[in-house]
Amino acid sequence: MPHRYFLVALGVGALLATTACSGPFPQSTLHPAGDLGFEIDRLFRLLLWLAAGVFVIVESLLIYVAIRYRARPGQPPPPRVHGHTLLEISWTLAPVVILIVVAVPTVQTILRTQRPPGAGALEVSVIGHQWWWEYRYPESGVVTANELHLPVSRPVVLSMTSADVIHSFWAPRLGGKRDVIGGRTNRIQFTPDSIGVFLGQCAEFCGESHANMGLRVVVQDSATFAAWIADQQRAPAPPDSLGAAAREGLEAYRRIRDPASNTCIICHAIQGVSGGLMGPNLTHLGSRSRIAGDMIPNTAEGLARWLRDPVAVKPGSKMPNIGLTEPEIAALVAYLQSLR
Amino acid sequence: MATATQLSAPHDSGRSGLWSWITTTDHKRIGILYGVSAFVFFLIGGLEALFIRLQLARPDNTLVSAETFNQLFTMHGTTMVFLAIMPLSAAFFNYIVPLQIGARDVAFPRLNAFSYWVFLLGGLFLNASFLVGAAPNGGWFGYVNLTSRQYSPGLNIDFWVLGLLVLGIASLAAGFNFIVTIINLRAPGMRMMRLPVFTWMTLITQIIVVTAFPVITVGLVFLMFDRFFGTTFYSLAAGGDLLLWQHLFWLFGHPEVYILILPAMGIVSEVLPTFSRKPLFGYAVVVYSGALIGFMGWGVWAHHMFAVGLGPIADSVFGATTMLIAIPTGVKIFNWLATMWGGQVRFTTAMLFAMGFIAMFVIGGLSGVMHSNPPADLQQTDTYFVVAHLHYVLFGGAIQGLFAGIYYWFPKMTGRLLNEKLGKVHFWVTFLGMNLAFFPMHFIGLLGMPRRIYTYRPELGVETMNLVSTIGAHIIAVALLVFIYNVWRSWRRGEVAGNDPWEGATLEWTIPSPPPDYNFTVIPEVVSRLPRWSVTQMKAIPDVPPEPIHVPGGSYWPVVAALGIIGMATGAVAHALWIVLLSGAVLIFSIYRWAFEPFEG
Repeated sequence: MPHRYFLVALGVGALLATTACSGPFPQSTLHPAGDLGFEIDRLFRLLLWLAAGVFVIVESLLIYVAIRYRARPGQPPPPRVHGHTLLEISWTLAPVVILIVVAVPTVQTILRTQRPPGAGALEVSVIGHQWWWEYRYPESGVVTANELHLPVSRPVVLSMTSADVIHSFWAPRLGGKRDVIGGRTNRIQFTPDSIGVFLGQCAEFCGESHANMGLRVVVQDSATFAAWIADQQRAPAPPDSLGAAAREGLEAYRRIRDPASNTCIICHAIQGVSGGLMGPNLTHLGSRSRIAGDMIPNTAEGLARWLRDPVAVKPGSKMPNIGLTEPEIAALVAYLQSLR
Repeated sequence: MATATQLSAPHDSGRSGLWSWITTTDHKRIGILYGVSAFVFFLIGGLEALFIRLQLARPDNTLVSAETFNQLFTMHGTTMVFLAIMPLSAAFFNYIVPLQIGARDVAFPRLNAFSYWVFLLGGLFLNASFLVGAAPNGGWFGYVNLTSRQYSPGLNIDFWVLGLLVLGIASLAAGFNFIVTIINLRAPGMRMMRLPVFTWMTLITQIIVVTAFPVITVGLVFLMFDRFFGTTFYSLAAGGDLLLWQHLFWLFGHPEVYILILPAMGIVSEVLPTFSRKPLFGYAVVVYSGALIGFMGWGVWAHHMFAVGLGPIADSVFGATTMLIAIPTGVKIFNWLATMWGGQVRFTTAMLFAMGFIAMFVIGGLSGVMHSNPPADLQQTDTYFVVAHLHYVLFGGAIQGLFAGIYYWFPKMTGRLLNEKLGKVHFWVTFLGMNLAFFPMHFIGLLGMPRRIYTYRPELGVETMNLVSTIGAHIIAVALLVFIYNVWRSWRRGEVAGNDPWEGATLEWTIPSPPPDYNFTVIPEVVSRLPRWSVTQMKAIPDVPPEPIHVPGGSYWPVVAALGIIGMATGAVAHALWIVLLSGAVLIFSIYRWAFEPFEG
């Protein structure tokens, strides 16, 4: 049965290929960039090698008995063996030993990674919404969406809850996922150890646009992070300082529409302009690289596409198509881009 | 009509035609009905899988909409679990168990017919949701509060809740029926530790069924009350807890996994000895480990909830109990290998599928041990790694085991052998397709692709592997076409099997293929575990019944009762109280008539 050897070779080869290079896999669990990710990865590798060992033993035995004991013509009937107590005991105990080898580091890792956070950890509240992420930094009062900024090498605690259905926050390179459940506050803690942008997305099925609930974590050196916080704390430019197009956009943003639920300010907050809580806070929208649950780039074209028909970009989106005219869209894009 | 007593001819009683199938209470006919219906549902579930795979063949694909995709994966999971694998196993419970224990039928033949019709109508009810464009879309696990009326106001979840409640009735009725049958209808001398392993695994499975289904029924009734009558079991605003559903669902859901796999393990435990010409190695250990798996299956449910945040103690304990299940499972695998060791292995198609079961189930078992590990599971849960795992267990395991059973017992059921050459093509093409479809999913998951997403970003770098997986799924479909052709051809023109084409050891091989209505001309007296192999020969079974045998003639009340139940579900979905009440009256009336139906005509 050479196909099985081939399969093993294929599997091992593919595994090496994916683990050896840190390649173009921005959401990989095999390329950790934080302590939690490393802890899990270390356990996973132990499990992987043990599993590979058992796999090779069992499959080789299967292939061996298939070849060695295949029926040949003219054989006398085989002896009627019914069992062997010592064998039964040994192949019961062998897995016990393997499981103990796994259990000890497992429990240690569980206890280590779920310890109460130490002092000095950065706390961020994460709120899951259908289908976007809200982040609140209690230390600085910053509120943003989808793009989580963190300083490198400082422990982080994410305190997570949901505004509607159950979601799951998952940025694989930084660590495992944690469900985001209404009525509960779940915590996950880790310390990012590399500067960079790490992709993630919701991992618990949460309805029609579950696939469109992306996120990204931007890990920065502490100075850049501090500068980002300071930027986010700044009040937006006063309306008078806006260009003509942006000012028109501001008017469109404020316009009370029919039905009223089509009005921007009911759902969105912009500091000094509106205080809606249903949708993402737009005060510093221009400082984000993506919009709509990390699905499209935050460019003039991207914004226009989104405003033209949100439901087409994100099926089931709670932001309806409110029938904006093209001039209104252009004005709104200019205004939203001014919010930096 | 009703139940007429009749003197059966040695072979077919001559009853035929649609009406005879609708009113049949013969366990063999019901077995065939289960098998054919479940296979059709299996094809529907497979078709859903192909659409899922086509959609995911490349990133940002737009073949189906998000909503359609969510319906497809929900129905794929629900169909494969409740309408394909469980009833395919039931086909063998029905057909084979009475033959293996030397009985003339199951304990409650009309209840058996009732189970089948409730299952069939329940399955049609669930799939009818497609016709009104409202197929269930909340996942086969139906997590609240996504499935609460607030977030899923449509009929979709109503169909799902009511459909599962109806199917639960079918499973429970069948469960009690088989427990009573196996315990009470054994032929003289068929002690418990002489039961064939397939019958043992059936008994254990049915004990799990009658203990696990009430749990999900409670969960579903809560959800139904929340959705229909505005109760607040799962309402956060009223102080409900969303985790209540998850605990109830997985307290059922994990034992359900063993409901799906133990029958296949039982089949493999019959096929391997026959085609190794050696008794099963460690019979008692295999039986005990099956019972232990069934029992331990109750203590592991929270491993489906490691990401929920149950705390370090719960995580550690449930991780440990889950790992422990690997021990009895491993013991079974080593006993199967030891059965082949020193034997004379004949590579029939049934044997190939049984060996394929071992080869593939090991992969699923090992990846299962990986996510029994709570920290590792935090990366793996809800990703394609778990999809790979469960398909190695349920396709590589359960489905391959069931195919082994089909090739093994088809001659008993039809009197004709399936074509072996086509069978081997079926096996090898399946083997190739399955590994292409499911092996890459391990990497797809580890590289960060979650489950249940209708589209993914090209940046993830999992495009090629997804395409390979899609191709593999279609290769499995080709293998199934070969199988269907084989069945179609062999049923009519296959080689005639005779009583015992395989030199099997158990009682079903002592009687003609297909067996006469009454199965055994005289109830055999069993003197050993392997009646046909042991030195102490059992008394020969005569070809012609020495005295007339009474065979019940069938009843239509089970079908009417089943129609009453499905009418109630339909009325509920349609929010038409009068249909519910009318159907309820039909149900009560038919049970009354059924209860007073004269047994002797």
